[in-house]
Amino acid sequence: MLERLHLDRNLFYALALLAFLSLVVVYSASARDNAVALGHIGRLALGFAILVVVAQVRPENLERWSPYVFGAALIVLALVLVIGTSAKGAARWLNLGFVRFQPSELMKLALPMMLAWFFARDGLPPRYTRLGIAFLLIAVPTALIIKQPDLGTALLVLGTGFLLMFLAGMSWRIIVPIGLLLAAAAPIAWGFMHDYQRNRVLTLFDPEADPLGTGYHTIQSMIAVGSGGIYGKGWLNSSQAHLEYLPESSTDFIFAVFSEEFGLLGSLLLVGLYIFIIVRGMMIAFLAQSTYNRLLAGGLSLSFFLHVFVNMGMVTGILPIVGIPLPILSYGGTSIVTLMAAFGILMSIQTHRKIVEY
Amino acid sequence: MLNIPLKDYFRETRIFNNRVIIVAVIIAVLSLLLVVRLVWLQIFSHRHYETLSQANRIRPIPIPPPRGLILDRNGVVLAQNYPVYTLEVVPEQVDDMNTLLEQLGELVQLTETDLKSFRKQLKERPRFEALTLRANLTDEEAARVAVKRPYLYGVEVQARLQRHYPLGGLGVHAIGYVGRISEADLERLDKAAYRGMRHVGRLGLEATYEKELLGRVGFEKMETNAHGRALRALERVAPVAGKNLQLHLDAKLQAVAEHALGKRRGAVVAIEPATGAVLAFVSTPTYDPNPFVNGIDPDTYRGLLDDPDKPLINRAINGQYAPGSTIKAFMGLAALETDKIDVTKPVACGGAYNLPGSSHQFRDWKKGGHGAVTLRDAIAQSCDVYFYKLAVAMQIDAMKTFLAPFGFGKRTGIDLPAESEGILPSPAWKEARGLKWLPGETVITGIGQGPILVTPTQLASAMSALANHGTRLRPTMVRALADPATGHSRELKAPAYPALPLKDKSHLGTVIEYLTDVAHSPRGTAYGIGHNAPYRIAGKTGTAQVKGIAQGAKYSEHATPERFRDHALFISFAPVENPQVAVAVIVENGGHGSSAAAPIARKVMDYVILAKNLPVATPAATENTE
Repeated sequence: MLERLHLDRNLFYALALLAFLSLVVVYSASARDNAVALGHIGRLALGFAILVVVAQVRPENLERWSPYVFGAALIVLALVLVIGTSAKGAARWLNLGFVRFQPSELMKLALPMMLAWFFARDGLPPRYTRLGIAFLLIAVPTALIIKQPDLGTALLVLGTGFLLMFLAGMSWRIIVPIGLLLAAAAPIAWGFMHDYQRNRVLTLFDPEADPLGTGYHTIQSMIAVGSGGIYGKGWLNSSQAHLEYLPESSTDFIFAVFSEEFGLLGSLLLVGLYIFIIVRGMMIAFLAQSTYNRLLAGGLSLSFFLHVFVNMGMVTGILPIVGIPLPILSYGGTSIVTLMAAFGILMSIQTHRKIVEY
Repeated sequence: MLNIPLKDYFRETRIFNNRVIIVAVIIAVLSLLLVVRLVWLQIFSHRHYETLSQANRIRPIPIPPPRGLILDRNGVVLAQNYPVYTLEVVPEQVDDMNTLLEQLGELVQLTETDLKSFRKQLKERPRFEALTLRANLTDEEAARVAVKRPYLYGVEVQARLQRHYPLGGLGVHAIGYVGRISEADLERLDKAAYRGMRHVGRLGLEATYEKELLGRVGFEKMETNAHGRALRALERVAPVAGKNLQLHLDAKLQAVAEHALGKRRGAVVAIEPATGAVLAFVSTPTYDPNPFVNGIDPDTYRGLLDDPDKPLINRAINGQYAPGSTIKAFMGLAALETDKIDVTKPVACGGAYNLPGSSHQFRDWKKGGHGAVTLRDAIAQSCDVYFYKLAVAMQIDAMKTFLAPFGFGKRTGIDLPAESEGILPSPAWKEARGLKWLPGETVITGIGQGPILVTPTQLASAMSALANHGTRLRPTMVRALADPATGHSRELKAPAYPALPLKDKSHLGTVIEYLTDVAHSPRGTAYGIGHNAPYRIAGKTGTAQVKGIAQGAKYSEHATPERFRDHALFISFAPVENPQVAVAVIVENGGHGSSAAAPIARKVMDYVILAKNLPVATPAATENTE
């Protein structure tokens, strides 16, 4: 049945389990709010529907459409700067009348598609001129997203782009100098950061320094995780979330709630589940038969890992606080749609393989 | 299907697979790091965090600091904080919000605006935070709520400090106002620094000196019960009050100048030449900033926006006007400095000027002309033809080079937000806009017409350069920042701009002598204010055309609708021997500089120099503040 629908069995079951866990913890984090839970079920269902639809599209078609998808994503991204509606101050949303959507999320799909298409036009490893163009293809959407301003998403898009260039076989002679350059540029970037952004980095080293401000979130999040212990406090018993010590407990800090309620065993299960999904994605990339399919599958899987790691790193206090939700587990709209579309692409790549060639 | 050579295919596979292996190693390392961190937090530090979680009955409650005051040079309070009762609701403690709002509506008056603003906050703010339902409760209302409070769960009456501008509209364009922190502000501001605060500087000095006025938020660690309700305070870190702004501005002088402008639209800027200190900064009409503090109601705001007199516009830094004949004060110095004309020879003024080979007549304001005029006469009587000829001799680029060091075409750098630049035109400037420079534009720039635009602050600042031996200081509103806790105050010194690049410094004295004639020679255009002054004034009148006059037509003040009448300007400094104040006055559609603008400048100079203690104008006493 799953095969007939072009779905990958392993990936599908792992995603279904993740969606179930997501429902369980969102219900708890929202203080048993039925409306939130129902809304979440609706979004998950929509996500799976999109996954199934995307999985039917042949990768050859995806490849052909890539430049157009990228172009469209760029246009809406530019549009959002002009006519976007703001949530919490930043103009990140585009209101289409019946639905509001976040173009930067679309770019998370469109950029890997575009880069994979672009590198597949020529042999690997890419030549310098092509790398230069690829760099521009990454820089433009990144700049547009920074302008919104949404630094977290911009960094993720940038990271995804570089990972794709890395997979394509970008020469070490470029990677090493860029790495050194980035290290040298850090102090300069520091100068350009807003005060609140600097504080986020500083509190990482000394969360107690500002117990009322930025450090507060990190401390409360670590208290939640640490107090969970090995077995956790049990479902619906996250005191950190229910007493409102945890900010954004249903979205960005959902992993803290999960760890508090289900302990180390729960969090290891969750980390394991995420790793399983990423490994499966990388396997699909490994088995894929065309350059485009490979690069896209690899890029999407790595982008997924990047999201998971940045969020979990933030919750456990090893990375600064950036507003990035935990994929699938967090409560939230557009991100589930793009994520599931990405998994649909992975499944399509896996299930449309030609077993016999020539 | 594969249209690339087989050899490449294998090479690509090898490259890709190598990269995947490297990535897999990185993923493994990072995942391990995450697992180690989780084990450390949840096993080895479990005890520590378990204790913290148990003790997490302590919630830090922010205590907002009092915002710094704004005081004039004599200590008159221009912006202060006064305690008001606010009615606040904590949404998470309320079972049925609609019933509660109904109950409260019976105790205090709740307008539609109050409810709308409350519902907006309800959507945006966390549910455990106290939201303002109404500010400014009367004592009676506060008492009525206090009596019923035991039955109203989640309702609090708080005494909070609110910004208040005791003199109403006096100096509003300099002081500005604070407004409620909006969603957009939150994205821009450091949330930690504004914890517990509801207002942020929006305009004027309140915006420029936001950081200094703000202070540092304190907090109180409150012990809470298992439901998160506050029980008692454990530890208190006191807030640090914001710095007080001590201005150069003199509130009495400000009132004198605003009163002198009366109901007319215009601006007055008075600067102390030696220090750059702004003594008066007027833009009329003024408006009362107090309604803006807690969100002005839309009708009042519409009224201000739609007012044909545009009170919200800060004419002193954003009003851009043709300088008219006031430019001759600086062009006069240019005439002495340039070698393009001989100032020792008189020039024939026949009432009009023609460019060679053109029939277009550039008229003099005086029909029939001034006869043979020297530079001295040309300045005193404001002869246009002399300056037409000077402009043509110098050409536009040399004029621009000469006028730029006075600060025209650039922001003066006054410590107020969003200053306009004005325009110091040149052929290059016009070409950048796709237009060609016309020879006639050079001619009229000589008398301050055409594309050239200046702000009143620029004019006052340029005049201060003449008064201060060619050195212009950056116009500055704030004299010192005082720490109210320690009483220690830090003086702010205005930096100087590069001195005017003069070939001969004595030319400065010469042009000042000629400008003194304007007010003190019986033929001077400002003799009306100079003849009875007990000190000597150097000044220049100006009349800036608003509407073009057709060739051969005659301008008549009475026949022209008010909005098309000329703007009246006057710039001056005094006393000539030891300048204490430089003033720029503009009266929109006021007619002549000599009759409309100069008397206002005289009142300002009288106040500064003669210390005439005119009665302090309370907001009710001045016509414009209401």
